[in-house]
Amino acid sequence: MSDTQVTGVPVKRTVEIDNHTINFGPQHPAAHGVLRLILEMDGEVIERADPHIGLLHRGTEKLIEYKSYMQALPYFDRLDYVSPMGCEYAFALATEKLLGIEAPERAQWIRVIFAEITRTLNHLLAIAHFAVDVGAITPGLWGYEEREELLEFHEAVSGARFHANYFRAGGVAKDMPAGMEADLLAWTERFPKFIKEVEDLLNANRIWKQRTVDIGVISAQDALAWGFSGPPLRASGVAWDLRRAQPYDKYAEVEFDVPIGLHGDCYDRYLIRIAEMKESVKIIRQALAKIKPGPVKIQDRKFASPPRAEMKRSMEALIHHFKLYTEGYHVPAGATYTAVEAPKGEFGVYLVADGTNRPYRCKIRPTGFAHLQAAEKLTKGHMLADMVAILGSLDIVFGEIDR
Amino acid sequence: MSAFLAFFATLFTSPFFSTDFGIVILDLLKTLALLIPLLIGVAYLTWFERKVMGAIQLRKGPNVVGPFGLLQPFADALKMLFKETVTPQGADKVLFVLAPMLTFGLAIAAWAVIPVNNGWGIANINVGILYLFAISSLGVYGIIIAGWASNSKYAFLGALRSAAQMVSYEVSMGFVIVTVLVMVGSLNLNDIVLAQTHLWFAVPLFPLFIIFFISGLAETNRAPFDLAEGESEIVAGFFVEYSAMSFALFFLGEYANMILISGMTTVLFLGGWLPVLGLSFIPGPLWFIAKVVFCLFVFIWVRATLPRFRYDQLMALGWKVFLPISMAYLVVVAGVLEYFGWLPHA
Repeated sequence: MSDTQVTGVPVKRTVEIDNHTINFGPQHPAAHGVLRLILEMDGEVIERADPHIGLLHRGTEKLIEYKSYMQALPYFDRLDYVSPMGCEYAFALATEKLLGIEAPERAQWIRVIFAEITRTLNHLLAIAHFAVDVGAITPGLWGYEEREELLEFHEAVSGARFHANYFRAGGVAKDMPAGMEADLLAWTERFPKFIKEVEDLLNANRIWKQRTVDIGVISAQDALAWGFSGPPLRASGVAWDLRRAQPYDKYAEVEFDVPIGLHGDCYDRYLIRIAEMKESVKIIRQALAKIKPGPVKIQDRKFASPPRAEMKRSMEALIHHFKLYTEGYHVPAGATYTAVEAPKGEFGVYLVADGTNRPYRCKIRPTGFAHLQAAEKLTKGHMLADMVAILGSLDIVFGEIDR
Repeated sequence: MSAFLAFFATLFTSPFFSTDFGIVILDLLKTLALLIPLLIGVAYLTWFERKVMGAIQLRKGPNVVGPFGLLQPFADALKMLFKETVTPQGADKVLFVLAPMLTFGLAIAAWAVIPVNNGWGIANINVGILYLFAISSLGVYGIIIAGWASNSKYAFLGALRSAAQMVSYEVSMGFVIVTVLVMVGSLNLNDIVLAQTHLWFAVPLFPLFIIFFISGLAETNRAPFDLAEGESEIVAGFFVEYSAMSFALFFLGEYANMILISGMTTVLFLGGWLPVLGLSFIPGPLWFIAKVVFCLFVFIWVRATLPRFRYDQLMALGWKVFLPISMAYLVVVAGVLEYFGWLPHA
């Protein structure tokens, strides 16, 4: 029965045009891994963005509860796989805090150096992918070329390019190989030239600016409310950097600036990362000037294994080695929240020890989770292409978001 | 070289080629003589692009298949041939198959009027430029049909973007072409080139030359206007559902269009086959090819350098910047020509 039959006169109708939904990901070139976004779109304009996460969930936190403290550490490499040592750092510091030990001077300097190398690694990839997402392919490939050199440093100290497992509670796994300090110094001289090249290509590029300036703006207040940290928070103008606010290891002894942005848009987030790479180079140079020879792990044999040569002569050393690599060390009961300024922001570990050789609970605070949850706030009313730029500027990695 | 040409000249002026059958044969031969180098050119353009981009991006590009990777295009073609053509569920099968053919066919068809040397165009028609314009405008149909027939939201978005983009850039391109027509007084491409004997139009019409080239980038859906395929946004846009040879046809169509736009740029602004600096001992076709290759290099250079425009920014550039400038320039050129009595056939 149509409307005309009832009343006899045609009824004036309005046609509602429904928004269409797009399933963005999990297999999508700009999904940064396995992000699934349900986008409700009015033409090209995003009305609602609903991130679905968990496609890379591996149960890391639960797995860690069944591992000794030393065995738990490699899991952190696999969280934010773009900046592995940044995550290791948090767990190593948390364990040290519960054990009440401190790494020797040289180890602390090495950790500072490698934390900054990791920061550079991460920002190189972040900017590379950001650029690729916005459509500029060349900086992407340049970034990878440059990363390769840094990964060689990773490989030189730990034997692995990504999953380094290098930072340990009480120091680092082993000392840097001979000549490494000179190589690092040479790199710090070369690298600023590379940053200059990327800046030449992008900073004043009109299309780049059209695509990033005033896109995905978030105010300082909102950024704090949404739990932002790291470059996205600093781009909004909040000078909050854990390396400065609560220095760990040797960060109190190095001079560096905390760059902040004014607008909190994609362009600022890009500039912050460029500026942070420059600061990293500064920090590495200072660390190289101040680092002195010495032990690289704590000399207490209960927490760090004795050198191989000693094991050949000393029964005691052999026993320590055996105990460490089977049972591991027991951590006195207690709880700690230890956070470090990972390249992507505040990466924290809430570690609860019950006095056994395994953590009772290990809650990880990922950096990207907070950034991703603001996806809807940032993208609403923007176009589809802007959403890609915003995701690129947030620098999310699903290894840590999904855990 | 000239003896070689003379031989062919005597061969083709033989009485056989004035009979009806002979004329058809001659046209077919001419078509083949253009088509085969063109298709090889398209194949090697893909190689050239990968090599140039490789150099810009500190990579090597293809270097495994054959010396300097020269056989790579053929390896790719073989791969494409042997792959399965997948038709998505719910797709309009006829249109789905038709779209890539249309795109590729039109890209090739446009070459009928491009003069590679004085009088060498297959069809030396009086409305050559209109023909070119018409054919290149039809190109958008292939893309819209592909986006529609694929039954995919990504493809549809890509097709819509492409339609809007091509329509808006065609308008300013049209005004640029009209300006050239005013300068020449003929729609015949051969005449347009000959009119540039003393001065290439790229010099007096420099802003239009730039507008034409940029519009050409948009017309061929190349970076920074490649948002119909927008890799990082809508995956591959209108050809996201295509595979195997139907994909290859789109791919080749895009590259053939690049060569076509470069050819048009060469004819309209860079003096076609006319030599540079009076170096006339180098034959015209080689000059033509050299200029086309230069334009193609710029195409690739731009792709390796610039980020992608956003949909609305691209429209704004087309309607708010290019259209007023090209219209204003047309008026100025026409006024100057009229004032000084330089109008052709005045």
